[in-house]
Amino acid sequence: MSTTEEHRTPVSLSSVTADSPHMQPAARNPERVERWTAVLLLLGLLGFIGFGWAYWVDATPWILGATMGAGFSFVGIAVVAWGKYLMPKGPFVEERHDLRSSDAEREAFAAAITQRGGGVIKRRPMLGALLGGGLGVFGIVALFPLLRSLGPLPGKTLERTDWKKGSYLVTQDGRRVHVDDFLINEVATVFPEGFEETENGQAVDQTIIIRLDTEDFVTKKGRESWGPAGYVAYSKLCSHLGCPVGLYEQSLQLLVCPCHQSMFDVTIGAQPNFGPAPRPLPQLPLFVDKDGYLRSQSDYLEPVGPGYWERS
Amino acid sequence: MSDVKTKRTAKAALGPYGKVGHVLNELDDRVGAAKARNFLDKIFPDHWSFMLGEIALYSFVIVLATGVFLTLYYVPSQTLVTYRGSYAPLYGVKVTQAYASSIDLTFAVRGGLLMRQMHHWACDIFIGAMVVHMARVFFTGAFRKPRELNYSIGTTLLTLGIVNGFLGYSLPDDLVSGTGIRIAYSILESVPVVGTYLAFFIFGGNFPGTAVIPRFFIIHVLLVPGIIMGMVGAHLFLLVRQKHTQFPGPGRTEKNVVGTPMFPVFMGKTTGYLFIVAGVTALLGAFAQINPIWLFGPYDAAKISYAVQPDWYMGFLDGALRIAPAWQTNNFGHTIPWEVTFPALILPGIIFGIAYAWPALERKITGDNELHNLLDRPSEVPVRTAAGAAVLSLVIWLFIASSTDVIANFAHLSLNSVLWFMRISTFFVPIITYVITLKICQEMNEADGAGRRKTPNLVTRTSEGEYIATAAPVHEEFAHHEEVAVPVPTFIVDEPASETDGVRTVER
Repeated sequence: MSTTEEHRTPVSLSSVTADSPHMQPAARNPERVERWTAVLLLLGLLGFIGFGWAYWVDATPWILGATMGAGFSFVGIAVVAWGKYLMPKGPFVEERHDLRSSDAEREAFAAAITQRGGGVIKRRPMLGALLGGGLGVFGIVALFPLLRSLGPLPGKTLERTDWKKGSYLVTQDGRRVHVDDFLINEVATVFPEGFEETENGQAVDQTIIIRLDTEDFVTKKGRESWGPAGYVAYSKLCSHLGCPVGLYEQSLQLLVCPCHQSMFDVTIGAQPNFGPAPRPLPQLPLFVDKDGYLRSQSDYLEPVGPGYWERS
Repeated sequence: MSDVKTKRTAKAALGPYGKVGHVLNELDDRVGAAKARNFLDKIFPDHWSFMLGEIALYSFVIVLATGVFLTLYYVPSQTLVTYRGSYAPLYGVKVTQAYASSIDLTFAVRGGLLMRQMHHWACDIFIGAMVVHMARVFFTGAFRKPRELNYSIGTTLLTLGIVNGFLGYSLPDDLVSGTGIRIAYSILESVPVVGTYLAFFIFGGNFPGTAVIPRFFIIHVLLVPGIIMGMVGAHLFLLVRQKHTQFPGPGRTEKNVVGTPMFPVFMGKTTGYLFIVAGVTALLGAFAQINPIWLFGPYDAAKISYAVQPDWYMGFLDGALRIAPAWQTNNFGHTIPWEVTFPALILPGIIFGIAYAWPALERKITGDNELHNLLDRPSEVPVRTAAGAAVLSLVIWLFIASSTDVIANFAHLSLNSVLWFMRISTFFVPIITYVITLKICQEMNEADGAGRRKTPNLVTRTSEGEYIATAAPVHEEFAHHEEVAVPVPTFIVDEPASETDGVRTVER
């Protein structure tokens, strides 16, 4: 057998002595590797000192990160080189032992579980049933307060918003919208007056208002009175996943949801014509009061936002 | 005999291993510490692909360390406060405490921005390393008996990592993360029958409410990391108990492990590796900006940002949500929004379901119930490799689908055609990937001499598509420099052994 061959034959750790070839470092020239490793460790040390200095003088974050990163990287490469080139090269071999136990052990184990354990329960079926019953009841009883106190029941919450008969349309800073405020194709996000006081107003009441014409605008049959003076209002909650439908494509008169690119044609009742949204955005019926302010005729006539089980 | 204690006699009394040996003996008296030598002697195979799991482990360590730093300053509360910190553009704006404290720990705490970026980067690396590690385990057949349980634990760790990544991403309560939470709420709502209750109980009412940030916080920093740590422990325990797999090679059998010992060689290399992962993460945190929440602004349910993508590991879900058509059904007064339920819940359920079920499935189909400690080359098991590649290609394709708008803008195509292309191609990409991978594997195996391992063979593909196996140049370490000496026979027998028709057969 050649010497090279001898080195490549894996041996067990317990069979080698400190001077056997397997215990020699893997590097052909260990002194050189040691020198380079020392250089790297020194650079790492300098990196950490630099990190301390950078922290002390409150340097900008990238200097903090660069010094720390340099410290760790140099030390890391040095330690890997130390392990790879300067430690026993082996290869070593270890025998696998069967994970499986002997037949006798397996039988004894199975017997212990089924006979010693199972026997105890089988012999006292009533105790077992009572214990199981008691813990079961606790489990079910505990489930109720645990779940129930996490939140209120949905009830009709999802079907309503804070829009009421006669609610003033206000912008996010609380200013009422007047019929003369908008030019054609102008868009704004509006809320019912007083929305700041409600817990979820910002989220559920958000409505997008677009002026499409100077005359009354009809988006659909049966909505003849909903778009006074060309103003139409739709829920801003996307019917797909509830993102705010925040983009208005003026030339095509499309509302676009930036999340998943559903598009709604505002001239025909926000009917979706592209993307994953399954339903039109609900339209808010408007009227102009005698002072010229825009107000809602009622709440939305259908739930706003994404679909859910109870929605009919 | 002298009673005088000198330094030398005291030293001699400690035995040949000195003070360390003495301490070890004391420990062994009490807990049997010497039995841990088996662990020190554990053999680790040398193959680069075995370090992928190490990257995952060490980036998790960094996530924990940097995460602890962040909890010292972060306030998990949706109470509105007026921001009066050092970041001028926000001065005087009403924001939640969660957002205000995230901004403050970014700008007002020394090293805060670095720690936040390192935390985010380490998390992205953690999940990425788990995915690549899982692919290695899958394509080489390391999941086979007896390691199915450890494979399931690993798959669960990946799931938990993704969930916790999303929860952490939600905590700063900036505009982008708030939109993510909104989508999560809608996905909960989409569950048939119990969806609204699920959403109301998790969020404490209708969206957004005031409970979600504190709840996500405690799940993110205690519950899920606790489970992850326990499962990492179980993962490593099983690894030690069942020992490593290894690629076939000289001296390697099903019954042994060849490599370098735990102590000190592997320990040295792996400690260095921890430092390298830490170093790279620190450099990324220093030079690669990630999640600049101060630019997004605080969450406002009525506002939205354009072309915003979630973290990369959520991308395939987002892509699936984009390309799913409006499949909503409405029967008996009940709505099921399949366009949400299917891509966001059922599809990932199927993908992870296949991943979990694969070991049992393969055992059943092949009827192979043996223990396997030697790894396969991916090309040797064409069906498995092709199936894995098909699932991966589907996930990657869905990930690409999460940027339909960016693709359309970039290539000056209509969004409509990009969407329809993605919708249709999603069905074909996995099938095409499956067929091509299967074909490549089969042709590689058919190449003359492929798979033989006595001398290393290099399988190459010519420009005409033909596969050829050629003997690879012998690596110096493997070379035989000397002829093997054959003992000279002392006498010659009349008849040569086993000779027929003048041809001598030699047993190999």
